[in-house]
Amino acid sequence: MSARKRGLTDLRKPDNLRSFNLLHSNVPEPTPVPYDSIVCVKQVPDTANVTAEAMKDDGTVNRAQLPAIFNPEDLHALETALAVRDVHGGTVTALSMGPPKAAEVLRECLFRGADRAILLTDRRAAASDTLATSYILSQAIRTIGRYDLVFCGRQAIDGDTAQVGPQIAEKLDIPQITYLERVVDLTGDVIQVRRNIGQGWEIVEARLPVLLTVIDTANRPRPCAARRVMRCKRARVVAELAAEVRAEMPDATDEQRQAEVDRRGQLLQERSLLIEQWDLDRIGADLDRCGIAGSPTKVHRVQAIVLTKEGFTEVAPTEDGIRQLIHELVVDRTWG
Amino acid sequence: MIEPNRQGEVWVFAEQEDGSLHDVVLELCGKARELADRLGVGVGAVLPGSRVEPLAQSLFSHGVDRVYLVEDDRLAHYQTGPYCRVVSTLAEKHRPQIVIYGATSIGRDLGPRVASTMRAGLTADCTDLEIQDVADPKTKEVHKNLLLQIRPAFGGNIIATIVNYDWWPQMATVREGVMPLKEANGSRGGELVRESVEIDDGILALRLIRRHIEPRKVNLKGARVIVAGGGGVGSKEGFDLIQNLAGAIGGAVGASRAAVDSGFIGKEHQIGQTGTTVRPALYIAAGISGAVQHRAGMEESAKIIAINTDPDAPIFSVAHYGIVGDMKKVIPMMIRAIKEKQ
Repeated sequence: MSARKRGLTDLRKPDNLRSFNLLHSNVPEPTPVPYDSIVCVKQVPDTANVTAEAMKDDGTVNRAQLPAIFNPEDLHALETALAVRDVHGGTVTALSMGPPKAAEVLRECLFRGADRAILLTDRRAAASDTLATSYILSQAIRTIGRYDLVFCGRQAIDGDTAQVGPQIAEKLDIPQITYLERVVDLTGDVIQVRRNIGQGWEIVEARLPVLLTVIDTANRPRPCAARRVMRCKRARVVAELAAEVRAEMPDATDEQRQAEVDRRGQLLQERSLLIEQWDLDRIGADLDRCGIAGSPTKVHRVQAIVLTKEGFTEVAPTEDGIRQLIHELVVDRTWG
Repeated sequence: MIEPNRQGEVWVFAEQEDGSLHDVVLELCGKARELADRLGVGVGAVLPGSRVEPLAQSLFSHGVDRVYLVEDDRLAHYQTGPYCRVVSTLAEKHRPQIVIYGATSIGRDLGPRVASTMRAGLTADCTDLEIQDVADPKTKEVHKNLLLQIRPAFGGNIIATIVNYDWWPQMATVREGVMPLKEANGSRGGELVRESVEIDDGILALRLIRRHIEPRKVNLKGARVIVAGGGGVGSKEGFDLIQNLAGAIGGAVGASRAAVDSGFIGKEHQIGQTGTTVRPALYIAAGISGAVQHRAGMEESAKIIAINTDPDAPIFSVAHYGIVGDMKKVIPMMIRAIKEKQ
């Protein structure tokens, strides 16, 4: 919840700021007010660039073979949040739900400038559809507590549904502004956004807190900064530490391993390099609303698309061949 | 969430802008009619807006039995909050079994908000909808007459069929151009149901400052012939060749995402899952490898000619005629052959 909703005096409201300045006349100019942003990011299989290795002999795609990447539009959401912080100050928290491996995208958020990263990982969240996912993410956002802006990419390339953003907004009971092209103005607790509406654009205004979904034409994501990569490349979630310790200490007892995980976690913690790992209990989630139990949609059937090469008439790339083709199109009334 | 209601209607969200219905709405009415006939129920349309009553007849003509009209000046322009209130309130009151939205920028903003409000399912960008009995693999219970929501997933590499056993209504969005537009019957009538839904300031969260609509410059949907170029065209100048062929054959110019992303041509020409879905009489794909996302937007074309230097390009899997060769040589030949026929 933002300060406004928590009933605190919000200095971003012009009226409040004015009276604050009157009372404290040693405050000369309204200083830029900071905003706290949360960015939801997802690690997805790179469905747009199917590699030869991922293509099976039967003409179907082996999904496990696709490289895992930062969902492209989430990068634009992150960039929008970072740009707000550049101008106004404040914080950017990256939040992701997924298996421990998804910590990779959170590390990338840190490389690009996020202040804090949280991984929501829990086997009981597996097989969540968009409704259950949005419930879990909204609970995580409530647990984070204070926020002014929530950013999501418009959609993830593994499902292309564009549903999770609006559904999080509904669950948080805040307005949504979808298809953000740019932030036009942010003053006090009012944001103006230019949003794409397919055949054009519109500029809309809303009071914070608000959820925004960002499209890929909104900006150019900044690259990872070498200085930040150096500093944050050791950032880990506990699950990753546990896997590392298991690999490095195959003969140790569970207690010894646990002690080592704790020790490494403590070290990272001291250097602010521990990516927080939350489970469903941590966010107070109602388990009936998570995973399969909380998902109204069920996958009834999945058919791989099989590419075949049969069934077309080969036309020679010669004047005669082409002339014959055009003739056939006229004869069967496709053209002319 | 509402309980399954086997007598419930099949609903279409009647999206309108400035007093005219979006094209996709009438396409959906045809599909809704087909589903409703299969189920033996009526077709309903939810029509929110300001002074939109005249649109009801067009809905009746396209197969709607009952139009739920909600008129309010504050509904003149689409806004998530009040529109969500209208659709979810009416759905809770009348308990339709199915609600279909156009997968437009509005439908994709509204649908998920309604689904979350009602705690119902929603399947985005369906390419087909069918009615069938489905057995739950866990409980073995057979659910009668469920809506099969069929859509490409995973970047179009698989086709998934989604069902929704008991968190109703069953809801889906469908892109424009996916369902064929059925012929209108102007003498067909229906029942106009006036509804009022409370719209309080709390849900009027957004204020519209300015709006800019660009005129549609490219009419891909209405074109009988489309000549489309892909990454293989190689350059902006290379697209002149595509333009020339389109000019000679009297067709519109399309493009794959690769061509658009490379800056060869504007996004309004893009065909595919994230662009326009087309079904022309003739589709000529030049220098298009045929990624699944592209094929999803054109494979329903009546005749497809593919030109590509790579004989293994996936585009050939949907082609009726395949020309393995360099489009820079093949297209001039085609233009000459066309001119001879004219």
